[in-house]
Amino acid sequence: MIRLEKRPTPSRFWLYATPIAAVLLTMVAGGLLFAAMGKNPFAVIKTIFWDPVFGEFAFYLRGQLLIKAGPLILIAIGLALGFRAGIWNIGAEGQYIIGAIVGAGVGLAFYPTENRLIFPAMILAGAFGGWLWGMIPAILKTYFNTSEILVSLMLVYVAETILAKAATGFLRNPDGAGFPGSRNFRNFEAASNPELIAGSGLHWGGVAALGVAVLAYILLTRHLLGFQIKLAGQAPRAARFHGVSPVRLVLLCMGISGALAGMAGLFEVTGPAGQITIDFNTGYGFTAIIVAFLGRLNPLGIVLAGLLMALTYVGGEMASTNLGLPAAAIQVFQGMLLFFLLAVDVLTNYRFRLGAGAPAKQGAK
Amino acid sequence: MEIGGINLVILVASLMVAAVPILLAAIGELVVERAGVLNLGVEGMMIIGAIGGFITAVGTGSPFLGFLGGALAGAALSAVFALLTQVFLANQVATGLALTLFGLGVSSLAGQGYNGIKPPHTPDVPFGPLADLPVLGPILFSHDWVVYFSIAMVAAVWWVLRSTRAGLILRAVGESHDAAHALGYKVNRIRLMAILFGGAMAGMGGAYVSLVRVPQWVDGITAGAGWIALAIVVFASWKPWRALIGAYLFGGITQLQLSLQATGTAIPVEYLSMAPYLITILVLVIMSSSRGRAATGAPAALGQNFHASR
Repeated sequence: MIRLEKRPTPSRFWLYATPIAAVLLTMVAGGLLFAAMGKNPFAVIKTIFWDPVFGEFAFYLRGQLLIKAGPLILIAIGLALGFRAGIWNIGAEGQYIIGAIVGAGVGLAFYPTENRLIFPAMILAGAFGGWLWGMIPAILKTYFNTSEILVSLMLVYVAETILAKAATGFLRNPDGAGFPGSRNFRNFEAASNPELIAGSGLHWGGVAALGVAVLAYILLTRHLLGFQIKLAGQAPRAARFHGVSPVRLVLLCMGISGALAGMAGLFEVTGPAGQITIDFNTGYGFTAIIVAFLGRLNPLGIVLAGLLMALTYVGGEMASTNLGLPAAAIQVFQGMLLFFLLAVDVLTNYRFRLGAGAPAKQGAK
Repeated sequence: MEIGGINLVILVASLMVAAVPILLAAIGELVVERAGVLNLGVEGMMIIGAIGGFITAVGTGSPFLGFLGGALAGAALSAVFALLTQVFLANQVATGLALTLFGLGVSSLAGQGYNGIKPPHTPDVPFGPLADLPVLGPILFSHDWVVYFSIAMVAAVWWVLRSTRAGLILRAVGESHDAAHALGYKVNRIRLMAILFGGAMAGMGGAYVSLVRVPQWVDGITAGAGWIALAIVVFASWKPWRALIGAYLFGGITQLQLSLQATGTAIPVEYLSMAPYLITILVLVIMSSSRGRAATGAPAALGQNFHASR
């Protein structure tokens, strides 16, 4: 009989080993899935995990990696702060959309003025839009005790309708012959977000992601607020005695994660996406949840996890064009990764013991 | 019986149909939460049920087997949730989200090649002359069997929770798993049963979307219905009959919104189609405002994992 025994303190080894174990297990299970679909599992795994970095087209695909990783990291860091404090913002997709709309709106309002200040103003506006959208569940949570999980998620659907309205209505390109979609930011230099080094895939969003990761790491390890966030998540009662205000924490965490998601949306719409279209959002807000957990809610871990998840996106696209692997298979693969991660995580706090075992220390509690 | 070009009888009759998917999913989730488990993966289980039911119904030609297939698919996915949260003691919120992300991917993968196919028709239950009664006929006697099944399920869950030993044990597990464990009940086994029931109900609700409501297969067909079912459980204060009211109110809003779009009011279509989500938020706010956790009727051990250390 195998049973679980709680560890006195979480295992440091497994804290770092679980993401690696989860990735390996996902490769095995994913390989089985690909084999069941009639593909050569080794070829698929190699296409996803090896070719984008070291393969024939790596010079181009490495750039794609940073393009995909940037928004994922930016959003995931914001989410991780909340998750650590037990605040579940799962509507980052909505905040991402609204950030993109507000930021793009500010930029387009200045069209065709060329001024160096326009882009920074757009970044601020994007962050503000995301912050605003994140504040709705936060305020409802603090004033009415409404579940932030459900409200933030519902707001994703609302944001998607607003996006449809923006692309076909108030932000539509007046010179676009009636086609849906805003003006393309590639033709509006002051508001565009081009690659900083040609071929690297690094745009301002990637820079922001790395900067935010460092800031968040300092916040969590060196700053009082970071301590309060961790305390509120691990021991809510102790946090209250320590004088941590739950209201302030909810507003801060939801606000930060909303602003970061909004910024990610702005960088995406002005850079890789180029314009507001009905479906320019590609689910980064949801995938970022996986990234946050895979990175163990640690900013530096999230950078690595974001790169890995970007690898599955880029490699998945390769596998889809070269090997005919359906795009949905990659979505399943990413979902599996989160499952395995949650499953092996048990080893951090518990250990497996063989045999029935005597009930430890009778009478002692 | 017409108001602003909308026939009230038809509206009531159609809202009963519109409410079925969320009602089935909500009544399943209600049982799960009464057992103290918060499964946020309703959306994932619904969409797995939608595609599972669709494939079964198209393959066998029988809509009844389709609903069974949907229920089995939903239960199978919920078994993964049960394994992770009850055996590996994973965080329930995170696991529920994973279930939704995974379910969306699997359904889209399994649904390839099923676009544009029409599933077999689910006929109305033949009530003979009763269906021709004015007003009552269209509202009460002209639906398919799943509509009646969903109402029967609400009654059954209400009766089991209120008046049977099994219901009492289930509620005990949800209110205080330590006490239930001390009394000798197998907390995790009871929760496993509840989770599987919730999965089957959500799967069946999903199958109703793809087999009756739409009826065809499109990616992301459930469009947030699972999340609305979760909100309805809160609205219902974890009480079965109130879940019925909530689901019918919601079905009414959805139907009204569609009728308004059809009759062409001055309100833009986009604002009408976001109305269900906004109203859900509003209802959540009203239900949860200025009342403590105890007054809303939430099970005390909701969302907490149980590990028998002694």
